[in-house]
Amino acid sequence: MDTSDAPESTPRQSTTSSLTDYFIGTTPLQKRLESIRKQVSVLPTPPRRKIPQGSGLQENVDPQKVAFLLHKQWTLYSLTPLYKFSYANLKEYSRLLSAFIAAEKQKGLAVEVGEDFSIKVIFSTLLGMKGTQRDPEAFLVQILSKSQLPPQNREGKVLWTGWFCSIFGDSLLETVSEDFTCLPLFLANGAESNTAIIGTWFQKTFDCYFSPLTINAFNLSWLAAMWTACKMDHYVATTEFFWSVPCSPQSLDISYAIHPEDAKALWDSVHKTPGEITQEEVDLFMECLCSHFHRHFKIHLSATRLVRVSTSVASAHTDGKIKILCHKYLIGVLAYLTELAVFQVE
Amino acid sequence: PQKRVKSAQAQSKTSKIMNTFQISPSSCKVKQKPSDSKTILKQNPVEPHEYVDDQVEDSLQMALQYFEKGPIKIPSRKDKILEKHLKTVENVAWKSGLAPEAIDILLNVALSGKFGNTVNTRILKCMIPTTSISEDSVVKAVSWLCVSKCSGSTKILFYRWLVAMFDFIDHKEQINLLYGFFFASLQDDALCPYVCHLLYLLTKKENVKPFRVRKLLDLQARMGQQPHLQALLSLYKLFAPTLISVSLPVRKKIYFKNSKDLWNSAVLAVKLRNQHSFTEPRKLTFSPANFNPLKRKWKSRSVTPVLNSGSYPKECGKKEMSLSNCLSCDRSLPLERLQSFPLLLKNIHCLELPSQMGSVLNNSLLLHYVNCVRDESLLLRLYHWLNQTLQEECIWYKVNSYEQSKEFANLLDTIIRAECFLQEGFYSCEVFLYKSIPLWDGLCCRSQFLQLLSWIPVSSFSEMKPLLFDHLAQLFFTSTIYFKCSVLQSLKELLQNWLLWLSADIHMKPVMSSPLQITLDASMNSVSELIHYVGWLSTIALRLESNSTFLLHFILDFYEKVCDINIKHDLPLVVLFPPGIFYSSLLSLDTSILNQLSYIMHKYHKNLIAAKKKELVQKAKSEFSFSTKTCQQFNHYLTTMIGCLWTSKPFEKGVYIIDSKMLENTEVSKYKNSLNLVHHPSLLSYAVSFLLQESSEERTINISSIREKKWHCYLDYLFSEGLQGLKFFIKNSIHHSSVS
Repeated sequence: MDTSDAPESTPRQSTTSSLTDYFIGTTPLQKRLESIRKQVSVLPTPPRRKIPQGSGLQENVDPQKVAFLLHKQWTLYSLTPLYKFSYANLKEYSRLLSAFIAAEKQKGLAVEVGEDFSIKVIFSTLLGMKGTQRDPEAFLVQILSKSQLPPQNREGKVLWTGWFCSIFGDSLLETVSEDFTCLPLFLANGAESNTAIIGTWFQKTFDCYFSPLTINAFNLSWLAAMWTACKMDHYVATTEFFWSVPCSPQSLDISYAIHPEDAKALWDSVHKTPGEITQEEVDLFMECLCSHFHRHFKIHLSATRLVRVSTSVASAHTDGKIKILCHKYLIGVLAYLTELAVFQVE
Repeated sequence: PQKRVKSAQAQSKTSKIMNTFQISPSSCKVKQKPSDSKTILKQNPVEPHEYVDDQVEDSLQMALQYFEKGPIKIPSRKDKILEKHLKTVENVAWKSGLAPEAIDILLNVALSGKFGNTVNTRILKCMIPTTSISEDSVVKAVSWLCVSKCSGSTKILFYRWLVAMFDFIDHKEQINLLYGFFFASLQDDALCPYVCHLLYLLTKKENVKPFRVRKLLDLQARMGQQPHLQALLSLYKLFAPTLISVSLPVRKKIYFKNSKDLWNSAVLAVKLRNQHSFTEPRKLTFSPANFNPLKRKWKSRSVTPVLNSGSYPKECGKKEMSLSNCLSCDRSLPLERLQSFPLLLKNIHCLELPSQMGSVLNNSLLLHYVNCVRDESLLLRLYHWLNQTLQEECIWYKVNSYEQSKEFANLLDTIIRAECFLQEGFYSCEVFLYKSIPLWDGLCCRSQFLQLLSWIPVSSFSEMKPLLFDHLAQLFFTSTIYFKCSVLQSLKELLQNWLLWLSADIHMKPVMSSPLQITLDASMNSVSELIHYVGWLSTIALRLESNSTFLLHFILDFYEKVCDINIKHDLPLVVLFPPGIFYSSLLSLDTSILNQLSYIMHKYHKNLIAAKKKELVQKAKSEFSFSTKTCQQFNHYLTTMIGCLWTSKPFEKGVYIIDSKMLENTEVSKYKNSLNLVHHPSLLSYAVSFLLQESSEERTINISSIREKKWHCYLDYLFSEGLQGLKFFIKNSIHHSSVS
């Protein structure tokens, strides 16, 4: 039994302000906690969204660079805010990162920073790749193999590419101080071992954290609906869904391809609020597709798992792989992915 | 002098077997070695790493003894004893590594050529240090190379071993003095690549001499452009560019074939051991050393990052920063050198924070620092790291292995230890609880999960309830009684933490500003809501578990904290327990429950009186007003208790008046008496033993005979039997009730 005055550990003395802060919610951390409480208590995604309109890219965007980002398969990661990252130091980062890669690749040997290596790392900003003015500038990291050809055609082969961006990532911004740069979405293309090395360097240098960003079936349906809703001048690919049936010994994949115009027609029939997409519409759209399939094949797709969606706008896999095809809707696609990344980071 | 580290126990055991050993009273022993006349003093400091049980330790010592003495006769090919000892050494080495002393002995054996080549090879292959290798042993081993007692292949293996274990040698000054010897070994074509590698690791600027450069170039001319020679040459060129005019290829390739591959996993294990033994002071080091070599490519081998001072981002602003510049900067103290609390105090103004904040969890010194520096970005970095790590490591999010679940539990343990150390919860853990409790099965890492729960910072309970406590309630009602008890336990700890925080906070602020006044009200509200929540849980749980005494204990433990809030923590709050708990305790068959109940009632009484007094004093600025309902409720409990235990008029007054007819219907004769201190089912045995003690010769005892004077003796008897709570209650209440 407790003898009423048993010694108890003394609490910390410096909590003085923290309690007040807690209830008033002044510090970024408090704000963050509050927003998370709200998030957890309501549905993870808002029940309505805008249909992506137009290009949305800022005027100063470099079309060559944008073209470079399209038609490639990117693996998605979410990224916590970068600590003490500075756009003024990109050159320095190039040097340090290339030294780091060299060191990682030839473990055990001393490597001097700035020395010539067989690879070259380039950091460059992706001007204009943002949703609002408040979004920090996106940037690109490339690893080139240095060819031994004479300097004039020294443009080596691109070994690995990765880029960091934030499109309408405001909600994350509000909860960090100015020491941080919020680029919650990271996309990588190239050998995973390189991604690991570069990711490790970023984690060590900017105290951030990469996590693979997967897209669950719920979000895939949203992507499917949003992309079907996009107005296209001409379609470059069929609309296709992949459903996976978990069965042994091998899982069974069901591919369901529709002519993009038929998909659009179906969408138009379920779509009511102009310019916006609601959860009900998304559900109805998917339900229609499934019931159509059931009528023909007597298979309830709703009992299986949606694993991939591909349209003329973009294609996405549940593993967190994405390929963007349409220049016009690049920003729209990235905005949704940023939203997912922010959700994961918070 | 050479030391042999050994636990005292193991030593004494060894001495029984090995009669060459003598034990002196001070447990230091002196032994004359036949080979040299040097006296070796062997002491036995306590080895912290010795988890190896005595038996293994014994057999290892025997094996060492065997090897040291050497075989009596030349061993035959299949010497069973030799084989057994070799096996012992190998097992220990690969499992937990060998102490520097063991390595010293075995190196001597392997290189002196006492045994055959195969034995030497096997010994060398298992020379894995626990944490480090002493420089002396290496120097001695090198001296064996001079007398050429061992074969070429043994030499090669030795050099490879030296390269692989180079980082674990405690000092290198003396080895560096042997530079000339190693350099001379370059002559040997077979040894050359390995010696090159060793020299590559060993070379300092002052080792680069013109005659050595000439020699290397000669060698290169003779052997062609060997990568290992090029490596050494390019290193020389780096130190003394003027000495070497030959051009070396700019493009680097791998110079050395990996000499470490034989010991790869062993080296990893040692590194991990070293990393964990690094943090000081010892008693606060966290996370046990276990590692998984197959672990993700992405991160370092352990979940929490390794401590590294972060110089990158700060230094990056400067244009030219060469390696030497970077090495020479000594303005601030790198964390790697922060080893003691005084050092921390001395350098607290110029401490470089780690590049990855997550590493502070494993370092108690830095936790001290985090504790006193309220830097928002520091906390944010930690927040993000912890948040993502918990999310990624959490095992009930995905299918996974036993290894992973152990690792996750370890991570949680580390976090909990840090929280206990800081006496404060992390926000990320709160978020983690919100996110993960809907998916939690109530089994996985239960104790850790519930401990995290108890460190949630004070905040609005009504906001937290739907996120956390509603889910917890579901698990609570559907789980076993043990789960219920552990939940109650951690809720008690949560309450205690909240009370400590709040009481500390209030007393820091002598003047109450108006916003804080609001927050105080809000936080008191939160606390009272928490208590009501636990009351609700407990009432239902008692019904579900049919008034289990075990459960009741945990419930009353919680209320022991609750009843004393006003006095002990000086917080304006008195919340009573619900009737369900009161009556269950009052009618319990267990004496200790009744005792605990009495104690709680006594404390409530005192707290209410204190609160009343305060209310009278501070009439104008009433901090809090007790609802008259609380007082009424308490008075009702009090009269009921007195009515049952003392005046033998149960349930006649108060809110829950039971019709006397109904009581008569129970057909209990003399129902009025049956709950008093003598007849109460939980005290009956006391009454009997009291009577037996009084007059043990009587055959029949009449319990009802305990009255008047005897009643008071009986009371004293009860109090002497350790029913302190009852004593407090009776002394306090009866006195007061008689006055009023």
